[in-house]
Amino acid sequence: MSSSTVVQFNIQIGDELTFNVKPLLNEVKHALDKLIETGQSTVIDLRSIPLAPGEEEKILNVLGLGEVQARLDALGLSEVIETRYAGVWIVTHYNDDDHIISRFIEVTSMPEILCSQTEDIMAAYSRLGLTLNDEQKNNVEDS
Amino acid sequence: MSEIEFLNWVRGPGFQIAIIIFVAGVIIRFAEILLLGRKPNLAEAKGSEMRGGLCTIVSRSFPDKNTFQRSAFTEVSGWIFHGGLFITIFLFAPHILMFKDIIGFGWPALPTPVIDAMTVVTIIALLAILVHRINNRALRFISTKEDYFVWLITILPLITGYLAFHRIGMTAPTLLAIHILSVELLMVIFPFTKLMHAFTITLSRWYNGAISGYRGVES
Amino acid sequence: MINDSNRDKTLGETLREQGISRRSFLKFCATTASMMALSPAMIPKIAHALENARRPSVIWLSFQECTGCTESLTRAHTTTIESLIFDFISLDYHHTLQAASGHAAEQARETAMEENYGKYLLIVDGSIPMDNPGYSTIAGISNYDMLMDTAKGAAAIVAVGTCAAYGGIPHAKPNPTGAVSVGDLIKDKPIINVPGCPPIPVVITGTLMQFLTFGSLPELDHIGRPKAFYGKSIHDRCYRRPFYDKGLFAETFDDEGAKKGWCLYKLGCKGPTTYNACATTKWNDGTSFPIEAGHPCLGCSEPDFWDGGSFYKALSMPTENITRTVIYTAAGAAAAGVALGAMNRHKKNQAVATHNRTSIDDLKK
Repeated sequence: MSSSTVVQFNIQIGDELTFNVKPLLNEVKHALDKLIETGQSTVIDLRSIPLAPGEEEKILNVLGLGEVQARLDALGLSEVIETRYAGVWIVTHYNDDDHIISRFIEVTSMPEILCSQTEDIMAAYSRLGLTLNDEQKNNVEDS
Repeated sequence: MSEIEFLNWVRGPGFQIAIIIFVAGVIIRFAEILLLGRKPNLAEAKGSEMRGGLCTIVSRSFPDKNTFQRSAFTEVSGWIFHGGLFITIFLFAPHILMFKDIIGFGWPALPTPVIDAMTVVTIIALLAILVHRINNRALRFISTKEDYFVWLITILPLITGYLAFHRIGMTAPTLLAIHILSVELLMVIFPFTKLMHAFTITLSRWYNGAISGYRGVES
Repeated sequence: MINDSNRDKTLGETLREQGISRRSFLKFCATTASMMALSPAMIPKIAHALENARRPSVIWLSFQECTGCTESLTRAHTTTIESLIFDFISLDYHHTLQAASGHAAEQARETAMEENYGKYLLIVDGSIPMDNPGYSTIAGISNYDMLMDTAKGAAAIVAVGTCAAYGGIPHAKPNPTGAVSVGDLIKDKPIINVPGCPPIPVVITGTLMQFLTFGSLPELDHIGRPKAFYGKSIHDRCYRRPFYDKGLFAETFDDEGAKKGWCLYKLGCKGPTTYNACATTKWNDGTSFPIEAGHPCLGCSEPDFWDGGSFYKALSMPTENITRTVIYTAAGAAAAGVALGAMNRHKKNQAVATHNRTSIDDLKK
């Protein structure tokens, strides 16, 4: 099928089709205020809000790209970026096929998923111990 | 019966039943009135029956100064709710779709927010009319049970329509079904109550005007 | 799938054994929360519940259905996460997906029922024919017998798809097989309806996860659907709603209004009376949903959606041919009216004829 036979919906990113873009950005502002006043962080699930085609992009465009961009490899790729507004993060989870499976706006000083997790640190400690033990054993056997 | 079954019933068999009673009732009543005939007037005509009749159909809608001063409330509220009913019934886009489905053609609709506002105005006018009817001793005296019943059946579609549009109180299919059912109720009782005046008003006014016209006097 | 020895372990233990990091688990929990339409504030609670949850046995029965629901589920777009969910449950019987066949397959079902009596989760797709049991059988067992037998030991039943939940297409008029829903037959077990034709994949998995995570029924609406997904109508969450409110409608599928993405009400959209999550969850990797593709909603997650007249008739239109009714009625009524009129006239003339005139002489008597 040639592209000309496809009906093009004339929906521009600039058109404000639902009333959800502005309130959402205002909510982010309130969340920032809460973070400053009380230190409490907020998570907004972008998939729980009815958005017209192009509106998610519009929100992301307004928030822009800041100083931090991190890639996680945990059950597929995840992307954690700080927007141009410090304290406002976009967390995007992908599956193995690089499809977005969930996307959140996190208003926090550090998204939880970036921190090393206690359980993982404990597991790492014992794993490292085992590795060192093995090395020692190997050294003893070698000598 | 599930709510969708209820909705399917009022949109299907329920509507059929209502439209059959409505159409048959209106036509039979008209036939009865027209076929009964009038005594031939043997006096010499001093004016035109047709002219007098047609003039009166229009002129009776506008009160003369004295009548208006005597019953300004009745005139104003009457005009508001009749106009409101006309606008909400015939100029709301989904309603026009319904008419178009039956008679094959439609007409332009008013913007939905206008209809919404008119609905509220009409409901308020009808409530005010009820209060007036109860408070005014003369009106209360001449009011029958049928008058109150007809009032109720008239205001119900407005209220249920408003609730259905704003989706207040119940699930959407139930609200819509109740709204359609309330209109079907109106259609069913229409030919057998004073609601019939919506059609017979032209007829009775024409007779009044024609009689005066024949005599060559103003009606 | 994980072997049977893992059935007694918690999900947390199983995952750690598989070398899945806590960070991955957090990602899983965040996506699960999003899937279950829960607030992100619930993520820590989900993490805690899942850590300690145990792997339940699941029996999936397919009756009068088209396998669309299974297709929908197996094509759920969260492949990685999905495989985790499948790891998390022990799908002991699903005659489309299982490798075993014949007696071995039925044996698997019976064994699972015996071993997990009172604890397993029963998933049903498809309606049950009550007319002639021969319309649909599995291994020579009628759908009715298999359902009643398997339901006895189930902790809860999930009716997946509109057929299982409300009868669906087999139940459509004139319902030749006498199809009924699971809820029509079983009254003494908790039933979760997950309707849709097919249901949205993440709504199926979200509902399962909610049951498996918290071990309790999600909050259901008046026709048994989880409120988290079916709490709002398509209309209420439709991005084209502002056009409806302004009265801007597409009149045909290819006019200016259609191209501008205006409301599809006049083209028969059932969004105003349909409760489902399409407008936010969307389909095909969150790409789009029917209304976004320019087609009105059919109302597939509602009972009897097949019997509401044409899909392309607006909700405010009567479903039957009213023009014909009006013409026939008018013709009949006109005849009756003339007859009645003639009778009335006759009565009037008779009254005039039999009227006794009173003269002055009469009064003088």
